[in-house]
Amino acid sequence: MDLILEGILKAFYLLVTFDSEVMKITLLSLQVSGSATLISLLIGISIGTMVALAEFPGRRFVVSLINTGMGLPPVVVGLFVTIFLWRNGPLGFLGVLYTPTAMIIAQAIIATPIVMGITLAAIQALPKNLRLQILALGATRFQMVWILVKEAKLPLLAGVMAGFGGVISEVGASIMVGGNIKGYSRVLTTATVMETSRGNFDIAIALGIILLLLAYFINLILTNIQQRERPR
Amino acid sequence: MIICLIFIFPSLCGAQKSIILATTTSTQDSGLLDVLIPVFEKKTGYFVKTIAVGSGQAMAMGQKGEADVLLVHSPAAEKKFIAEGYGVNRRLVMHNDYIVVGPAEDPAKIKGMKVSTEAFKKIAGAGALFLSRGDNSGTHSKEKAIWKVSGIKPEGQKWYQETGLGMGQTLNVTSEKKGYTLADRGTYLALRKTLHLDILTKGDALLLNSYHVIEVNPAKWPKVNTTGAKAFVGFMVSKEAQEVTKTFGVDKFGSPLFFPDAGKKEEDLGK
Repeated sequence: MDLILEGILKAFYLLVTFDSEVMKITLLSLQVSGSATLISLLIGISIGTMVALAEFPGRRFVVSLINTGMGLPPVVVGLFVTIFLWRNGPLGFLGVLYTPTAMIIAQAIIATPIVMGITLAAIQALPKNLRLQILALGATRFQMVWILVKEAKLPLLAGVMAGFGGVISEVGASIMVGGNIKGYSRVLTTATVMETSRGNFDIAIALGIILLLLAYFINLILTNIQQRERPR
Repeated sequence: MIICLIFIFPSLCGAQKSIILATTTSTQDSGLLDVLIPVFEKKTGYFVKTIAVGSGQAMAMGQKGEADVLLVHSPAAEKKFIAEGYGVNRRLVMHNDYIVVGPAEDPAKIKGMKVSTEAFKKIAGAGALFLSRGDNSGTHSKEKAIWKVSGIKPEGQKWYQETGLGMGQTLNVTSEKKGYTLADRGTYLALRKTLHLDILTKGDALLLNSYHVIEVNPAKWPKVNTTGAKAFVGFMVSKEAQEVTKTFGVDKFGSPLFFPDAGKKEEDLGK
């Protein structure tokens, strides 16, 4: 119990003193997971919407793949991304292994199916007639899709939160492809693992608390956007 | 800078002068590298990407050309690594010793024993819980060697468990489970304040723990940054680094964690 209290005090101390290393780690967490989430939104929402609206043979199979992808184990992603990015691997020429870029790639792969799956469900949940109505009012196909996405805003933002939550809290892939390099690719989760193995439990707890606070504030912002125009 | 980090591949951002150092967990968990690496980086301008894994995995990375330089402590495996042509310029950097740690109650009654193989036999005889790293690290290799000399096959025994974790984590597990384990002194001292474990057996020649730096052979892997690797090896055996190593941890733990050995021969250690 003392330890947890010490950890909370330490977190408070690190935050109010703007500890430069902790600030750097926190910022990088935000940068990496934020970029990964943005990428996953671009790919996830566009493909998710496409699959939701299209009819093609094997559609159920594709949907089942996307849904399985929502539970993609980060370590497996980390392993494959590492092997692909190895200097002597297929994408070795990029030279990005053990960089924040590699972490963004891995996290984007983890978050994309989550966003895609939720988008798919959200668009499909819209009333079927809505599509016909929009088209009947003379909208182009692109305009129709745009209106549908806007219509599904509530669940889509839930998708954003799930995607971001999935990657900001992820450690397996980040430590494998990022390497937990001090001042360079160390993020809150990997630093927590390292401080735990160093026996610095107070710092580990402090980092954990900072991670929770960060996740809370991001979700608070997203929730505010989500609930702004609540249908009465 | 931020744009550089995120959107453009870092190779375009002048990060070319970087080296990948694959090393054991003990050099990171003890905090030694946090002190040494900045000195090296400031001096040479190289950026060091430290990947802390077990010695076994570090050498596996070297074998695939995925690291430029290694700092490891698994002499038998290192010699094989060199003999097979994966590494060159192996240099002795420092040593400390392995210790057998366990709970203060000491159910296997090994406290004060001087011979590690005898202590291991007693642990096995008492069926007391022993936590093994189980990760092909330098410490794990050493532990297996001691079991072998003891004539005991611990694998599969009920009292023998493998954590598959680094040294720090394994010590934490051992402390929680009130078991025994083999640890390097550096990591043990660095973590001692949170552990409920005592040093029970030490001082045997078999318990010597020596650390070497090795350059990954550029002849096998042309992408290896051999100039950087050479610079790092040179730095680790330089007077400056050895001086830092010698005093590292004294203020915090009351005794040094590592003893610098540059220029000495491995055979002469512990004499």
